[in-house]
Amino acid sequence: MNWLNRPASETQITHGQRLWLYILATVIMILLVAPTVIVIPMSFSASQYLEFPPREWSLRWYEHYLNSPEWIQATWTSLKAGFFTMCVATPIGTAAAYGLFVTKHPLSRMFYVLLITPIMIPVILIAIAAFYVFVQIRMVNSMFGLVIAHSILALPLVLIVISAALKSFDMNLEMAARSLGASRFTAFMDVTLPQIRFSVLTAALLSFLTSFDEVIVAMFVSGGDNSTLTRNMFNALRDQIDPTIASISTIMIVISSSLLILTQLFRKSRD
Amino acid sequence: MSIGSEARANETVLLKQSRREEWALLGLASPAILTVLIVMVLPVGWLFYLSFLADDGSFSLEHYNRMLESKAYGRIFMTTFEVSFLTTGLCILIGYPLAYFLSQLSPRMAALCMLTVLLPFWTSLLVRTYAWLVLLQRKGLINSWAIDLGLWDEPLKLVHNLNGTLIGMVHIMLPFLVLPLYGSMKAISADYLKASSNLGAGPSQTFWNIFFPLSLPGLFAGALIVFVLCLGFFVTPAVLGGGKVIMVSMQITSNIELFFNWGAASALGVVLLVITLAILLAASRLLKLDNVLGGGH
Repeated sequence: MNWLNRPASETQITHGQRLWLYILATVIMILLVAPTVIVIPMSFSASQYLEFPPREWSLRWYEHYLNSPEWIQATWTSLKAGFFTMCVATPIGTAAAYGLFVTKHPLSRMFYVLLITPIMIPVILIAIAAFYVFVQIRMVNSMFGLVIAHSILALPLVLIVISAALKSFDMNLEMAARSLGASRFTAFMDVTLPQIRFSVLTAALLSFLTSFDEVIVAMFVSGGDNSTLTRNMFNALRDQIDPTIASISTIMIVISSSLLILTQLFRKSRD
Repeated sequence: MSIGSEARANETVLLKQSRREEWALLGLASPAILTVLIVMVLPVGWLFYLSFLADDGSFSLEHYNRMLESKAYGRIFMTTFEVSFLTTGLCILIGYPLAYFLSQLSPRMAALCMLTVLLPFWTSLLVRTYAWLVLLQRKGLINSWAIDLGLWDEPLKLVHNLNGTLIGMVHIMLPFLVLPLYGSMKAISADYLKASSNLGAGPSQTFWNIFFPLSLPGLFAGALIVFVLCLGFFVTPAVLGGGKVIMVSMQITSNIELFFNWGAASALGVVLLVITLAILLAASRLLKLDNVLGGGH
């Protein structure tokens, strides 16, 4: 028990005196992760009801999911929407972040704030506003409308991630390339972009997830053959607690945690 | 030609070039700005206009008047603020010790423990809400374990009410508080703490007089983000509230989906937007939001 009496910080407080903090923080961390993780074993239950631990294991609910054309179609819609959102939001967000970061134009500050607003104002407002316009121009339930609305929600995240990366990047490197005769575009592609590539990848993954996990906008502007997975899940949740949802949730947890691990690996390789 | 006028001519050319480049750089942002203008700003402006139209198409304040007069709308705003305040308060109580704990760890341990904050942050909000529904329901895990352990005899009503909504929302919002708070705690120089204890202060004195005040900007920033996001919450109260917790965004949805009343929905949306922007504006005067959102230079 030597460790308990050792000082834990500059203030000479010992680990023993801090034991309560360690216990409290551990409990909070367990509470943060446990609810999500506990769904995973429950999804392998053979029973009609959700049990933990399941008395009998089976893949019944996964089969139910895979054999349902509606769920499969919704999954494809969500994957496509996520992919296209990533393809739209990442390049235009990166270009905007770079332009606004380098320029000393007085308007750049205002534009930055404008591009950040979609994550600060209530999503419901963006959802009904987009819905209203899409109704007028007959774009409700279209993939294009969904992607463009999701891209707006993803843009702020791309902007924040890329701006942070540019801040830690030494702009003199780009200057050096340009003084050696490279155009601004070449200098960006050959010098700056390779330096911030992991942040760009993180931004891309974040845009994908923003669209893939989004419920409210999808509820309004997607539908019919283009219903997203989350929209169908939300509607199913309001009716009953179907164990199929547990299996879909498990798949979504696996997707998001593998993307999280990817970004952590990016960070490692950057350091 | 004198050297002076040549230099001046050069200067004008250079100035012109740099101005052109400023515009070109700003132009890089134009696709993003145009998208946001067309898909968000203009439509929201349109809603603003709709909110001042009566059913017959004439200009009127009837939707706003109804909001002021109707008790139901008053209750909805009260609920929205109540839920947002309670969620923010609980997030502070739970998040502060966690962020403090994380800030005291070695980089390797901190990165590992940070995963427990990031994993829920990255997991779909709907999935987490569903998980709480499964855990908290009448025959759910928490009730059945508690009865097995003899903590309570009858299944408690943990979900489809305010309690369930709060549990779910605190769980979802906690990372939004912990991440900025952790950042500001990490930025506190250890020298201040060393100086304090060098001058004879005990650990708790150093914490309350030095560390805590220095961590307050991060705490305010995190609490602000949580509060503002809570104001517009929809999914979690809709699923875990069981119809007993009706927030503004849920009323907007039912105005459109059930009553096709765009005017009333727009008016509610405008009020929600104005409240949100007013809070953000007031807060940005009080503290530098840039540090949180990573903007600027």
